[in-house]
Amino acid sequence: MLATVKTAPYRLVSAAFGLFERPMLALQKMTGAQRIAWVFLLPNLVIFSLFTFLPIALNGIYATTGSDRILLSERPFVGLDNFASLLACQNYLQPNSCERDIFWRAVHNTGYFVVVQVGLMVLFSLLTALILNRNIPLRGFFRGVFFYPVLLSPVVVALIWKWILQRFGVLNAGLEGLGMPTVNWLVEADWAFFWIVFVSIWAHMGFYTLILLAGLQAIPGDVYEAAEMDGASRWRVFSRITMPLLVPTMVVVIVLSLIRAVQAFDEIFVLTGGGPGSATLLLLQYIYETGFAFRPQLFGVAAAASMLMAAVLLVLTLIQLRAARSQAEG
Amino acid sequence: MKSRILLSGIAFAALAASQAAAAELRFSCYQDGVECDAWAEQMKTFEAENPGTTVKIDVVPYKSIVEGLPVQLASGEGPDLARVTDLGGLAKYMLDISPYVKDAAALEASYGRTLAWTRVNGPDDKGIYSIMDQQTATGPYVNKTLFDQAGVALPAKGATYEQWVAAAKEVAEKTKTPYAVAMDRTGHRFAGPAISYGAKYFDAEGNPITVDDGYRAFAKQFVEWNNDGTFARDVWAGSGGATYQDAAKEFINGSLVMYISGSWQIGRFGRDIGDAFDWVAVPAPCGPAACTGIPGGAAVVGFKHTKSPEEVGKLLDFMAREEVQAAVLAKTKNIPANQVLQAKGIDYVNASDAEKAALRTFAESLAEFSPIAFQFQGYKNNRAIMNATVTRITQAIVGESTLDEALARIDADVKEALAAAK
Repeated sequence: MLATVKTAPYRLVSAAFGLFERPMLALQKMTGAQRIAWVFLLPNLVIFSLFTFLPIALNGIYATTGSDRILLSERPFVGLDNFASLLACQNYLQPNSCERDIFWRAVHNTGYFVVVQVGLMVLFSLLTALILNRNIPLRGFFRGVFFYPVLLSPVVVALIWKWILQRFGVLNAGLEGLGMPTVNWLVEADWAFFWIVFVSIWAHMGFYTLILLAGLQAIPGDVYEAAEMDGASRWRVFSRITMPLLVPTMVVVIVLSLIRAVQAFDEIFVLTGGGPGSATLLLLQYIYETGFAFRPQLFGVAAAASMLMAAVLLVLTLIQLRAARSQAEG
Repeated sequence: MKSRILLSGIAFAALAASQAAAAELRFSCYQDGVECDAWAEQMKTFEAENPGTTVKIDVVPYKSIVEGLPVQLASGEGPDLARVTDLGGLAKYMLDISPYVKDAAALEASYGRTLAWTRVNGPDDKGIYSIMDQQTATGPYVNKTLFDQAGVALPAKGATYEQWVAAAKEVAEKTKTPYAVAMDRTGHRFAGPAISYGAKYFDAEGNPITVDDGYRAFAKQFVEWNNDGTFARDVWAGSGGATYQDAAKEFINGSLVMYISGSWQIGRFGRDIGDAFDWVAVPAPCGPAACTGIPGGAAVVGFKHTKSPEEVGKLLDFMAREEVQAAVLAKTKNIPANQVLQAKGIDYVNASDAEKAALRTFAESLAEFSPIAFQFQGYKNNRAIMNATVTRITQAIVGESTLDEALARIDADVKEALAAAK
């Protein structure tokens, strides 16, 4: 009876596939064994073209057109004007000298955010992974604790921290209780920037810690045993064994966190709205506001800015691909 | 057998015909208080009067009306009707309901002043595109209990901004209240005091000029007040871009003495403050040129792309009725846009004395607002001016640019926006 239950679905599936056997053989005869692969790839290619390539192409067309109309037929062709206005600057280090000063503030902020956030994120993730890789008490619990913020919605994360950091928030209440001066954390530009970096590290560190932990556990134990027998110091073991063997994983972590940092939006948008002024405005928010929040909506400028950003992401992705390839080749 | 088939055919045809006649209207509605709930009650009467037409109200956040709806409309999509505030900006998508209403002249008589805000097709445009269900006026509220505790008298009608700000500051100091004055982070709220300081916003031909001596004078004063702690810096400096930010929460919890906002807060204050403290709405303070706030409000509008224009027209005609408006306004505690109701007054049955007094103050102020304020509200690209104001003045407050740089950028931003909107 049990055997019948097990085999019935199998027979059903086999019969279903059997229906396709003859048409497939006929198709293979028509196309040849080599080209049949394209037939199987076709549905995916169609979907990919519709939902990925077509929007990219449309974005490119929008970037070369002007006005606030959304229909392409109503938008005049402006060539590279949108790119030119984005790049028009007397001094790229001084946003106020640029035609689109806010775009350049966003570029500066994004660059600064990427360098600081990714650097600190990788450092703290590595330290956390190294600690969690040791045989410490409650190791499983701590792994869960560090990973937990990753499971939270970015909006929830931002609202929690906003509640803590606002002028009459939990942090200032604590400081006041201790008789210390309070700070308007999200209104002071430098503090606001510090907190967006801190909150994004807090929210995402668990993910990268997990990847590094997996990398650490993939290092064969006998290498460490051999080093121990040779009397190598802890630092020497770390610098000569752990780090070199962890490099491929580190590259993946760095590239993934770089891409994620360039794309940062949701937490920061809810936490500071890009403020004070434009102190925490990153590129993605600039694109969103230019294209959707402001009136009239400058779709062309937003599309051009998104293409410039895509170019940066493309470079980062190519680095990741190259790193992954060299890792695969050993 | 044949007769059965025939009967089935007739039944099917009747069903198909009834379905064809039936119309479901989608109404995207945002609410400051209970506006959509109040309309939902009225829809039962409308549906009873118009069998076959149903109205599905989708209650949406204000942000969705401001940011999502224009994109939908531009691509020819969206609801049949919506409750909107950007009357001039969305006018090009609005349905002219004049062919479907019973008495267009009566609507003109009742809503003429606000109907003009959606007539953007030149002087010959006599279309009826909107039915306003909430007239608003910007202006200040004060925490009277704090004034009483501080022993400071409320400045009388006609007092200047400087006098009001000095009084609020004194109250805040004496009562150790964290914030003396706050103003919503929006170019709409900024425009009232700017016009009072002499900003013209438009030249003689009606073209926007944005930055002039009056605008500059208030901008300078406002930046100073934000930086010396008179105004709650958190509100404007605490956000980026053109993000809207209010200070209602601070006023409600008693940590703000004077709050420059608008009449739409009345219901919220009545509900959330209760008898925690006494609050009053006061007439718009004066500047050297005027004592004005900005009129505004929300209107229900139909859209050209609707498949049921006649039903949309009938629905808006129903919503415009005096008794329907009166019932909705009594619940929502808003100022009527219907001029007949303005004269008659609304019986706000559930409103507290404070709410009734505030409604009266705003309604009276509205009658004295500067004509420039009405022109600004009716200008179809006023959001371009508002966005540039918020973004650039904030930059001046936080020190990202000097005031002169910020004002030059406002001019440039508005010019670019207007060129794109042509």
